[in-house]
Amino acid sequence: MKTICFYFQVHQPLRLKRYRFFNMGKDHNYLDDVTNRSIMQKVATLCYLPMNELLLRLIDENRGAFRVTFSITGLAIHQFREYAPQVLESFRKLAATGCVEFLGETYSHSLASLVDEEEFRDQVISHCDLIEKEFGVRPKAFRNTELIYSDHIGEMVAQMGFRTMLAEGAKHVLGWKSPNFVYANALDQKLRLLLRNYKLSDDIAFRFSAQGWDQWPLTVDKYVSWLLSDDMSGEVIDLFMDYETFGEHQSASSGIFDFMRFLPQGILKTKQLEFATVSEAAAKYQPVAVLHSPHAMSWADEERDVTAWIGNELQDEAFHKLYALRQRIKQLNDPDFDYVWEFMQSSDHFYYMATKWFSDGDVHNYFNPYDSAYEAFINYMNVLSDFEIEVDKRISQSTAQSA
Amino acid sequence: MRVLMFGWEFPPHIAGGLGTACYGLTKGLANQGVEVIFVVPHAYGDEDQRYVRVMNASDVEATFGEEIHGQMWEKLTFIHIDSNMVPYISPEEFASESVSYQKTGEFLYRRDTWKERYDFSGKYGANLMEEVARYAIVAAQVARDLEGRFDVIHAHDWLTYYAGIAAKQVSGKPLVVHMHATEFDRSGESVNQSVYNIERAGMEAADRVIAVSNLTRSIVIDKYGITPQKVVTVHNAVQFAPSGEGVEVERGVKDKIVTFLGRITYQKGPDYFVEAAAKVLKRTPGVRFVMAGSGDMMNHVIRRVASLGIADRFHFTGFLKGDDVQRMFAMSDVYVMPSVSEPFGISPLEAMRSNVPVIISKQSGVAEVLDYAVKVDYWDVDALADAIYALINYPALSQMFASKGLEEVTALRWDDAAAEVKDVYQSCL
Repeated sequence: MKTICFYFQVHQPLRLKRYRFFNMGKDHNYLDDVTNRSIMQKVATLCYLPMNELLLRLIDENRGAFRVTFSITGLAIHQFREYAPQVLESFRKLAATGCVEFLGETYSHSLASLVDEEEFRDQVISHCDLIEKEFGVRPKAFRNTELIYSDHIGEMVAQMGFRTMLAEGAKHVLGWKSPNFVYANALDQKLRLLLRNYKLSDDIAFRFSAQGWDQWPLTVDKYVSWLLSDDMSGEVIDLFMDYETFGEHQSASSGIFDFMRFLPQGILKTKQLEFATVSEAAAKYQPVAVLHSPHAMSWADEERDVTAWIGNELQDEAFHKLYALRQRIKQLNDPDFDYVWEFMQSSDHFYYMATKWFSDGDVHNYFNPYDSAYEAFINYMNVLSDFEIEVDKRISQSTAQSA
Repeated sequence: MRVLMFGWEFPPHIAGGLGTACYGLTKGLANQGVEVIFVVPHAYGDEDQRYVRVMNASDVEATFGEEIHGQMWEKLTFIHIDSNMVPYISPEEFASESVSYQKTGEFLYRRDTWKERYDFSGKYGANLMEEVARYAIVAAQVARDLEGRFDVIHAHDWLTYYAGIAAKQVSGKPLVVHMHATEFDRSGESVNQSVYNIERAGMEAADRVIAVSNLTRSIVIDKYGITPQKVVTVHNAVQFAPSGEGVEVERGVKDKIVTFLGRITYQKGPDYFVEAAAKVLKRTPGVRFVMAGSGDMMNHVIRRVASLGIADRFHFTGFLKGDDVQRMFAMSDVYVMPSVSEPFGISPLEAMRSNVPVIISKQSGVAEVLDYAVKVDYWDVDALADAIYALINYPALSQMFASKGLEEVTALRWDDAAAEVKDVYQSCL
């Protein structure tokens, strides 16, 4: 019996508006509210609402045999509340079935794990509080932004009390080993790792509607035969993907909803495959080995490393200038400032500043509202500079009062 | 006196300082009683024609392919002309075409005559060389059409030199070419040879060459081998908008603002500005640097700013238009023009007009006419940083530069420059 583990990532950044030098010092509304609202409502209509409904129906039909896992960022939940409360409602319905697990992650889909342990912890705690408040269950398993993982990050996550963490089944880390087993963190072996099977995940997430693909069109029978095949040996097959795959990246007309409508039946009727949530799968199997990943890896781009977000001069500068603010923000302890601090941290801003456009340029362009990395950088730095001025102003006010 | 003038751009449709200078000059000439017909490749119809008649080369029917003798035309044949050019049919031609098509089902289109209009973009695009060549053909036609209605031909910058030469050959009138910039200013030592050739051909064919500064005059003599006797320096002046103080600016940030405004290209020395900014920021808080403009070095400069770690105090605005330029000046405490090579340089004058003290490089033509500006070698980053530091920290100094500078710049009038240009015309009649 092989276990199939579906996990879907739900995230929407708060996008910045075009913020010019001339706005500095006068205008402190940094967000493009119109775009944020219209994207949220569009994706809700195309993806979140129809797919949630489909999942509810599948869970209902299969009487608990179909199980899935979600991770929803704090910024996404923030925008559900503001622009699409019915989506939040439908996620609550999914939570109520007991067949859906919700993961912990950073509140704002941030890269804090790479820079500041304390900040990372704070954000994970605030995200877990939020998930518990919205869905009634405190997360036990963890996924980091963009599946960024290293031995050290795993150790921090284990220290926070998580027992399971997700990571990419990256070839350069696994070598000859298969992603289809449970592994353990190299520094703290109590933390179990589930690794994404990127081939089978991307068959759905990226290639489903690619007509140039020699396996197009992808049918349920074909996909189930791959899951069963001897080449796919192992105990657990982890299918991790963006939730927006369904209806947004792959449009409804590609047949993605029909595929998902019949996939669970096709899998269950083999009697050789079953579904489990992330924590259930990790508990069911013993780790076969420890996984050594001294350097950070992720699920992004061909390199499966963190160079989509940090590494070039622009990203490094923005990143360091942002985190240089941390002590001041904590000192202020003001919800208005925390709010900006949070949305400025989402990894998306740094993704827009990437300049490596070779193999993955298409994917970057798809998600990028700016014409160039440079424009993204200028805009971000203008906002950050104004924010810093406001932070300093407020700090000097409060020290003047207390003096 | 009547002048047939060839330009490439005219306000309000300008990409650089050339159009602005042409406007100021023609206005000054009008005040000197000189009549100017100004030909541009592409007129938009909203040009200010109070002082000058603007003629649209795109509206001139020229006989392309006609045999014209002379060595200039032999040179022209070297210029590659793309064949994917679309013949431009006038509205009347289109109407008769469509009527005949409706009646007979056949096109009237006769290809036996080559009389066509060429729709110039008037920009600085990919087929610039083609437009330059076509502009010369149109210019010959214009000179023929206006025969006896002008005494001198005046061509601004290399883009129009073939046009000037063609007009001279057709009419026999004297030609004055005006060097607003040389290819060495634009490209450093890696000159575009075909541009250089056009510049030299224009100056050799000309009866007089006007250089916008002594700096440019010496480049013309040293690097183009033009006879010194026929090269005359006439410094540019500056024409301010009548309500220059109209822009009310509320400053958002308290910090001092040091501004670079211009194209971000090699010629303008943006790198030196960045390096000086990093030095100043190491010493003193409370100052911000702004680079306004765009250009082919912009991405390079952004990277450099990021790797120096000063991006939270160094801001980019992108290309500024209209009021934003005035707003930028009004917000500035120091204006810096670190040009590596600047034939003249109008923008420091605009800054001074807005009461902003300026730092200019010694390698700019405008340095020849200004006393109340700090002058440094463009490569001397330490001196530049020093000057910036002084102007933001010593109010007495910046106030002196601002007030004296305003007086000085107000005295630079196009009327005076135009009088000198008129003398040049007279000298070759």
